[in-house]
Amino acid sequence: MNTTLHDPRAAQAHARAQGGSTAEAMPLLPPVADDLPAGVAADDLVWEEVIAAGGYASRRLSRGTRLRLVDRDGDACASLQLFNAEMPTERLNIADTLKVQWNAYPGAGSLLLSDMGRVLMSIVEDGTAEDDRGGTHDAFCGASNAASNARIYGEGGNWSAYPNARDRLLLGVAKHGLGRKDVHPCLNLFKGVRIEEDGAVTPQLGPFVPGRSVVLRAEMEVIAVIANCPHVLDQRSWSVTPLRATAWRGPVTSADDPVRNATPEGQRAFRNVEDLYRR
Amino acid sequence: MTLPATIGDPALAGLPPRLVHDETVPARAPWLHTIAAGHTLRIVDVEGNQAVDFLLYSAADDAERYSAQDTVAAQGNIFLRTGSVLLSNEGRPLATITGTNVDYHDTIGGACSCESNTLRYGHHTKAQHACVDNFLDANIRAGRGKRDMVSNINFFMNVPVMADGALGIVDGISAPGLTVDLRAEMDVVVVVSNCPQINNPCNGFNPTPVRMIVAAE
Repeated sequence: MNTTLHDPRAAQAHARAQGGSTAEAMPLLPPVADDLPAGVAADDLVWEEVIAAGGYASRRLSRGTRLRLVDRDGDACASLQLFNAEMPTERLNIADTLKVQWNAYPGAGSLLLSDMGRVLMSIVEDGTAEDDRGGTHDAFCGASNAASNARIYGEGGNWSAYPNARDRLLLGVAKHGLGRKDVHPCLNLFKGVRIEEDGAVTPQLGPFVPGRSVVLRAEMEVIAVIANCPHVLDQRSWSVTPLRATAWRGPVTSADDPVRNATPEGQRAFRNVEDLYRR
Repeated sequence: MTLPATIGDPALAGLPPRLVHDETVPARAPWLHTIAAGHTLRIVDVEGNQAVDFLLYSAADDAERYSAQDTVAAQGNIFLRTGSVLLSNEGRPLATITGTNVDYHDTIGGACSCESNTLRYGHHTKAQHACVDNFLDANIRAGRGKRDMVSNINFFMNVPVMADGALGIVDGISAPGLTVDLRAEMDVVVVVSNCPQINNPCNGFNPTPVRMIVAAE
């Protein structure tokens, strides 16, 4: 026993002395970022956080908000789930996202569609793109879970050194009053797959060059839930690095926006969003 | 016990001997049934070229349900074939495809919905029948709702992915009388929408009945 800290006042002093400490993975409050895009005012910054390797975050973002995710060290895996913040039974639908856009590989210009025919977020920049639609992202393999982590690492619970993405997402949704039935198929950013002609899944797990980034634009009031755990097909020893999240306020997508107007399917999805907010 | 009316029925060939259930699901209709661990469900594409949208839940805990992504990741392939193990969102086997005479089945295309139809085909299709409505119709009566909608299986449906990422629901690879057999690995609730889609080739633009046969040793 530490006799000094046996005293509540000493314990209080000890606890308070930690204030102002810094760690690699932490939110900055108020948010500070010295690398906002040109034209974005510092006052419009709403979120700056480094999400730990193996960590998670969940956040409500207003319509128009831009969310930039940075694979700072080249080995992050951002498993993303999205909900309509005002009606969380509406959520990201991976199958519709692929099917409606006739494409298997989300990248710059892709819309992340809900199960109600609306755009939750769109990908407005994809720093990893080799061409217009070529991001290293994965809509097929989803989140690791306790069973898959146990096979690879021997353990995978939230309390362990090797947490799994599904259980991290569970914690993330729980912070918004949601539960097990709300964790749905996710999009993995910064880890990719390619589908071969016979259906085989070829993973593209890197590690990649540090600093890759994706910018998403909230097209609705959304809750974004992000887990940063190793990809479910990653057979290396525990390999994931911190993920940086930065968000800033921005205008609601305009009628002449090129992403909005890229396809007839997308135009209808935006029309459905605009119909929801016609109130 | 084999029912007299089914003697000589080619749709029963190779199934375990005891017939537990035999029902024809009309074109466009939903179907919900509990299948006991170890029992086999055979789906017969009676007239051919009919997509069968399919969800699975653990009967003991319906928050544990079919996960297309877990299944794809575990088998390293997007197509479902003989031997494919249908995994739950918690990584446990719900059922195994023990046999099929169709090359493969889809699990990436999802279910049609009134809302996604407005995107894919136009707002004039909003009032048409759709699989998500069928899933909801069946599930709501069993106490499940919209939160229970997840990515599903489309038996007999063909969704290839091209080298450049192009993806789409294309004409079927099934034919009259072709089947898929599933063995339940735990007690499961099966929810089916016998797909009513008429705007893409998944049903040859003409939804038709399917037959659900459950058999046991």
